[in-house]
Amino acid sequence: MTSPLVTVTDLKVHFPIKKGILAKTVGHVYAVDGISFDIMPGETIGIVGESGCGKTTAGMAMVQLTPVTSGAVLWKGRDMAEMTRSELRALRREMQLIFQDPYSSLNPRMTVRQILSDPMDVHGLFTGHQRKERIDFLLDTVGLSPGQADLYPHEFSGGQRQRIGIARALALDPCLIIGDEPVSALDVSIQAQIINLLKRLKRDFNLSLIIISHDLAVVEYICDRIIVMYLGKIVEAADYASLYKNPRHPYTRTLMSAIPVPDPARRTRRIILKGDVPSPISPPDGCRFHTRCPDRMEICHKQEPAMRRFGNRHTAACHLYTDEQAEPVENKPKAKEKIS
Amino acid sequence: MDQKTQASILSIQNLKTHFFSRKGVARAVDGVSFDLIPGQVLGIVGESGCGKSVTAQSVMGLVPNPPGKVVGGKIFFHHRDLLTLTVQELRKIRGAGIAMIFQEPMTSLNPVYTIGNQISEMFRLHKKLGKKQALAAAIDMLERVQIPSPHKRVHEYPHQLSGGMRQRAMIAMAMSCNPEILIADEPTTALDVTVQAQILDLMHRLKEEFSTAIQLITHDLGVIAEMADQVVVMYAGQVVEQARTVELFQHTLHPYTRGLLASIPVLGHRTLGKDEDLVEIKGMIPSLYDLPAGCRFSNRCPKVMDMCKNHLPDLIDMGGGHQVRCWLHTREMIS
Ligand SMILES: Nc1ncnc2c1ncn2[C@@H]1O[C@H](COP(=O)(O)OP(=O)(O)OP(=O)(O)O)[C@@H](O)[C@H]1O
Ligand SMILES: Nc1ncnc2c1ncn2[C@@H]1O[C@H](COP(=O)(O)OP(=O)(O)OP(=O)(O)O)[C@@H](O)[C@H]1O
Ligand code: SF4
Ligand code: SF4
Ligand SMILES: [Mg+2]
Ligand SMILES: [Mg+2]
Repeated sequence: MTSPLVTVTDLKVHFPIKKGILAKTVGHVYAVDGISFDIMPGETIGIVGESGCGKTTAGMAMVQLTPVTSGAVLWKGRDMAEMTRSELRALRREMQLIFQDPYSSLNPRMTVRQILSDPMDVHGLFTGHQRKERIDFLLDTVGLSPGQADLYPHEFSGGQRQRIGIARALALDPCLIIGDEPVSALDVSIQAQIINLLKRLKRDFNLSLIIISHDLAVVEYICDRIIVMYLGKIVEAADYASLYKNPRHPYTRTLMSAIPVPDPARRTRRIILKGDVPSPISPPDGCRFHTRCPDRMEICHKQEPAMRRFGNRHTAACHLYTDEQAEPVENKPKAKEKIS
Repeated sequence: MDQKTQASILSIQNLKTHFFSRKGVARAVDGVSFDLIPGQVLGIVGESGCGKSVTAQSVMGLVPNPPGKVVGGKIFFHHRDLLTLTVQELRKIRGAGIAMIFQEPMTSLNPVYTIGNQISEMFRLHKKLGKKQALAAAIDMLERVQIPSPHKRVHEYPHQLSGGMRQRAMIAMAMSCNPEILIADEPTTALDVTVQAQILDLMHRLKEEFSTAIQLITHDLGVIAEMADQVVVMYAGQVVEQARTVELFQHTLHPYTRGLLASIPVLGHRTLGKDEDLVEIKGMIPSLYDLPAGCRFSNRCPKVMDMCKNHLPDLIDMGGGHQVRCWLHTREMIS
């Protein structure tokens, strides 16, 4: 069996909230609060969930761009916290980022050639005559023409700028690319171009990808595995097909049913959640979803549900299910005591 | 077909709104016509910059001038052409007859007043209610838009509410005077899908309850499919297709609309074995300052023909109110 490229174990990122002149810590934002998962080489993982649930923070913690409170991120089995500076620098080469906003993430005063050369200069790679070849190759890969290398970002459309961002991420032949909402800012017709491009890159380069998105449909389209987060925790993780066919967690089901289907013949009654996501500064006790869950029971606001396994690659944390190899509780409505 | 015979409440006819700058003239809205019908949702969909918001601004008399100007057309509301009214007359109508909500609630909520203050102001102004009655009406309205503990929230400032609640407060304010028309410009684009579902549900119920005619602007075809009775597809300032919603999705005529429908990832398609690449609409929307001479979609259209490049097709009714602007469909009809 191949071993994971990245192993995340009980990762926590808590941001202190400081008040007053003495900057006393008066509380914490529990942005990421104990998440664990693996990424295999060549695997594409999607992280979904509502705004503020900790998706970006989780991604940033994985590349050590945000301080980790506790837990570990292993890169090919090595704990990143124990790496030396130069090891970390070398690692930066192998992990790259693509950002949501194709406007602000590119330096407006640099040409495409300079933007793409920058990471190569930093790492002393593709020097001399290799440089031009590499840049032509990168531009071609993302569907731009080498003739556009000496233009500035403002001379490109939004979709083209996102392609430049992707070319920059590919410049050093990384093993892992993290895309934080890589298509959210784009028009639908352009979104499709970038989604297709990401799918093609993953196929052609055997890349591992993490796609962070609030759009479950986009994630299902690109990713092999999907992680659903709620208030800093993973509530469900599964292969895309298993998640779509058999969503176990009430939150996943709600999220799926809330997505409007572009087919007027399939107007269905949706599960409409009451209220908003609670604050990650004081998350609810027990199951964090209990304040909005349509299925909540007495136990849910007292005890945090354990992560349970459904089949070999599907896990969910919810009291509706019992024990290992959990199957749905029979007579679900009976098991449910309404609280109000 | 459930052809509604109800009369339209707002009739936009050949509206032209242009922007004038040193770069030239941007024909942002270039001959747009459609009708709003009480109790129905008209969805307007199209790519960024195609003129959806400017159409709404034209109805509300909010086009920034300069550089913008309504240069042609008529907008009939109760048999009066809004484009001929004075600023004062328009303002009166804006409050009571036509209301508008935006993607960003803070464009209509004032940060220095409590939301109760702002909503009761509407009741005092337009319904001539006293202070106490107006506040009670405001609380009632907040309750209707499902803001929890409205008695408490009514005294809060906009920044104390979450994004979804602010959006609801804005809708409460817009609906406070029973407008006959609600124009909603991307009301849920900035929200999570779960909150979007709440807001769409709310708009749906308001429409049923008050028979409001809703103009819903969005770039999300899922939202259109869910909410709209009638759909207008815009491209580069023009209507390229218009039909009843089911008709538009099931008998799509315009290559642009087809492209849009094929380019969205649909939840479940991959799982259900439809794992082909998404269909891409090649290239990008032309600049409004540099439009093709013929069909405005011709530089991206997979079905483009010679005639398309030099001759702009008219919007033609193919029967049953299904209109399309494309030579593929109109060729035979005119020859
Ligand atoms: N540097 C920081 N200091 C304090 N709080 C932070 C910081 N960064 C993020 N947070 C908080 O942590 C929580 C998680 O934020 P994060 O950006 O990871 O969410 P997200 O899931 O990416 O949301 P979105 O979909 O809106 O991008 C939020 O409540 C946010 O306000
Ligand atoms: N204040 C302005 N000054 C100059 N041009 C403008 C102005 N407002 C709009 N336009 C032009 O009008 C066109 C249509 O703009 P509009 O805001 O209606 O687009 P839209 O369809 O609402 O797009 P989006 O989906 O991005 O909101 C734009 O392409 C722009 O060129
Ligand atoms: S544990 Fe209880 S509250 Fe949480 S998701 Fe399951 S049923 Fe709902
Ligand atoms: S008129 Fe021609 S270019 Fe325009 S949409 Fe129809 S086929 Fe395509
Ligand atoms: Mg984020
Ligand atoms: Mg707009």
